[in-house]
Amino acid sequence: MHVHEKPIFESSYTVQGGNFDEAGKVASQIKVSLKKLGLQTVVIRKAALVAYESEINIVSYARKGTINVSITPKQIKIETIDEGQGIPDISLAMQEGYSTASAKIREMGFGAGMGLCNIKKFSDQFQITSEIGKGTYLKMIINIENGA
Amino acid sequence: MTLNEVVKILNADILVGQDQMEMEIKTAFGADLMSDVLAFAKSGSLLLTGLTNPQVIRTADILDIAAIIMVRGKKPAPETIRLAEELGIPILSTKFILFETAGRLYEKGIRGCIERVDNNFARP
Repeated sequence: MHVHEKPIFESSYTVQGGNFDEAGKVASQIKVSLKKLGLQTVVIRKAALVAYESEINIVSYARKGTINVSITPKQIKIETIDEGQGIPDISLAMQEGYSTASAKIREMGFGAGMGLCNIKKFSDQFQITSEIGKGTYLKMIINIENGA
Repeated sequence: MTLNEVVKILNADILVGQDQMEMEIKTAFGADLMSDVLAFAKSGSLLLTGLTNPQVIRTADILDIAAIIMVRGKKPAPETIRLAEELGIPILSTKFILFETAGRLYEKGIRGCIERVDNNFARP
């Protein structure tokens, strides 16, 4: 599972919970970096989408969070660690259509219970753990080889 | 067709991207749910939506959407306009409702990014 290849790109971003005006800024920055690395369009799209939905989740549900991106020639690893309320029932949260979103989140065009489904769908590997009252950890791997 | 033709068909106002109206468009996607846009819209397409917040622009940027058409006469907030200008994404505004907007474009040859969703989402 673990690829011990030297990263060609590593970066860490802080996301402030509740800052809806800036939601998506980090994902935009990540996308620009991926384009500079000259990765395939389909790989960039998957990674940017996964980063964006994860960022929306931090803004929507956590006090703050960190998004770590690490890229080797074989894969993109995106991890998000947030300080927030945590998810009581992960299998329920993973169900398409299940949501605890506020009106504010829905106004932005999110919060329809699709975010985690999208993240899982567009990741080649997906891992989620959560602790009530502490926060949620997501790990997404997107393969660069066989990226299509 | 070009964005110029889109403007004529929809009697639209150009809010951002006056200098990008020669861009060629073949496909479109219409939704108010950005998670669906992210899941299904293809790069280079028009995005037809009734939402006007900055997340529409962010979503379009992530997907390399060609241009955004705000339907039902919606006018975006200043911060939405600012972000679209910064990221170079054209915004058009039309008074037609989403259904009419899609129908008028389809009639002139624009097609959907995908026709239908066959395999339902990753349910465990």
